[in-house]
Amino acid sequence: MDKTVIKIDKAVVSYREDVALRGVSLEVQAGEFVGIVGPNGAGKTTILTIVNGLGKLLHGSVRVLGHSLTPGNGHSLRKRVGYVAQVQNIDPRMPMNVREVVMIGRYGILGLFRRPAKHDWKVVDEMLELVGMTRLADRPIGHLSGGEQQRVSIARCLAQEPEIFLLDEPTASLDWRAKTDILDLVKLIHDTRHLTTMFVTHDLSALPVACDRVILMKDGLIWSTGMPREQLTDDKLSQLYDMPVEAVKKRRAEEILI
Amino acid sequence: MQNAILSGVLGGIACATIGVFVVLMHMPFIGVCMSHAAFAGALLGLWLGFNPLIGAFGVSLAAAAVIGPLADRGELNPETSVGVIFSLMLGLAFLFMGLMPGTKSGALELLWGSILTNTRSDIILLGIVAVVVVGIVIIFFKEIQATVFHRDMALSVGIPATLFLYGILFLTGATITVSLRSIGGLLIFSLILNPAAAAYQLTYKMSRMFLLAAVFGVLSSLIGLLFSYLFNIPSGATIVVTSSVIFMLAAVFSPKRKIKSWLQKPVEESSL
Repeated sequence: MDKTVIKIDKAVVSYREDVALRGVSLEVQAGEFVGIVGPNGAGKTTILTIVNGLGKLLHGSVRVLGHSLTPGNGHSLRKRVGYVAQVQNIDPRMPMNVREVVMIGRYGILGLFRRPAKHDWKVVDEMLELVGMTRLADRPIGHLSGGEQQRVSIARCLAQEPEIFLLDEPTASLDWRAKTDILDLVKLIHDTRHLTTMFVTHDLSALPVACDRVILMKDGLIWSTGMPREQLTDDKLSQLYDMPVEAVKKRRAEEILI
Repeated sequence: MQNAILSGVLGGIACATIGVFVVLMHMPFIGVCMSHAAFAGALLGLWLGFNPLIGAFGVSLAAAAVIGPLADRGELNPETSVGVIFSLMLGLAFLFMGLMPGTKSGALELLWGSILTNTRSDIILLGIVAVVVVGIVIIFFKEIQATVFHRDMALSVGIPATLFLYGILFLTGATITVSLRSIGGLLIFSLILNPAAAAYQLTYKMSRMFLLAAVFGVLSSLIGLLFSYLFNIPSGATIVVTSSVIFMLAAVFSPKRKIKSWLQKPVEESSL
C-alpha cells in the first residue's frame, strides 16, 4: 500500500521578484519525521506553506492527504494539517486566555455555525495537560513567555487533531532551556502519536534527534537529502552555508562544549 | 427627542461593536480613513443631487477595496498607503464642498452631525445595521475571535479569515454610512474607537469586551445628548467628548495597569 501523504512535484513558487522555490520535488511517507535545514531564504518555510495550502504555486503540483492543491481549495485541507510558526508578537492586553487560544485549533474542524461542545473543551484540556500548561490555562495569552507561548501553539495545533504536523522554526528566539523543552515535546508527540512531521530550522542545534530524514535546502532547491548522519557532515554544511570547513568544525565543536 | 435617543442607542451599539474590531486588529487609521471616505461620498451625493447615503456607502466601500488588500498582504507599510488615501478623501470632501452651489448647510450637517433632526427612516436604517452587526458578531463569534487574534493562525486552522477581514471592512463602511448624519463625518470615528478602547482597558475576555463597548457606546450617546439638551450645544461634539471621558476613566482605573497579585509578593530567600 502506498503510504505517501505528501507528494510535491516540480513546485515553483514566487513572491514578486524573488523565486522562493525553483522546481522542488519531494515525497513524505505517513509517520515520517522530516527535518528541513538550510540558510535564511532557502525556501524552507515556503515548502510548508504549499503543504498547508497557503502558498501559491506558479508551476508544478502538490498532493497532500489525497487532495490536489489548487488556489482556493486549501481550507478543507488546512483543517487536517497543523501548523506551528515562530514565536509571535502577541499584544499583552489581548482579551483571550490560554484555553481560548488552544480552542482556536478546533474552530476549523467545527465549521461555521457550531459552538464548541463539552467534548471540544475536554480535548483542549487534554492538550494543555500534554504540553504542561494546565496551571496557566486561565492566564491571558499575552502574559506568557516565548517558550510558554510555543507550548500553547503546539497544544492549539494538536487540538486540531491533525494528520500532518508542520513546525516552522518553533524554537527561534527562545532561550536554551525553552528550546530544549520544545524539542523534547516535539519528539514525545511524534513518538506517541506517530504524526507525519516536517520540522524547519536554520539552526542545527534546534534539529530534533528524532528526524528520520534530513533535507538540506539552498537557493529554492533541495540540495541534498538522506539520513541525518549522512547529511549533517562538516563538508556538506560548509557548502550549504558557504563557510570554510574549518569554521564549521570550530563552530560545531564550540556548540558541543557549551 | 425620542428619535434622537433611539438613534443614539442604535448608533452607539453599532459603532462601538465595530470599534472592537478596529482596536483588536490595530487598524485605527483604517477606520479614520473609511469615515472620511464616507463623508466625501456623501458630499459627492449632495453635489450631484443623489442620495448622500448611497454616495457615502459607495465611496467607503471603494476605500475598503483599496485598503483591504494592503491590510491583508501586509506588503508595503500599510499606514503610509492608508495615509495617502486618507488625505485624498479629505481633499475630495473639501473639493465637493467647494463645487457645491448655493448654501452649504447640508454639507456642514454631515460634517458636524445633527442627531436631533433624524427621521424615522434614518432610525430604521440605523436599526437594521445595528442588528446585522450584532447578529454577525453573535453568529460568527468564534471565527471573528480567531481572525482578530491572529489572521495567519486563523487561516492555518482552516477558517476563511480573509473573507472575514473583508466582511469586517464592509460592516465598518455600512456602520459609518448610516451613522454619518447623526454623529457627523469628523466626529464619528471617536464613537467607534473610544468605547471599544475603554472596554479594552477593563477586560481579558473578548465577549465581555464587545458587551462593555456597546454599553459605553450607548452611554456616550445618551449622556452626550443630555448635555447637548441641557446646555444647547452641538450633540455630535458632546457625544464624542463623553466617549473620550469614559475612555480616560477606563484607562485610569484599568486593572491591566496594576501589577498582578501573584507578582506583588517579594521572593522569599528560602525559595531562591
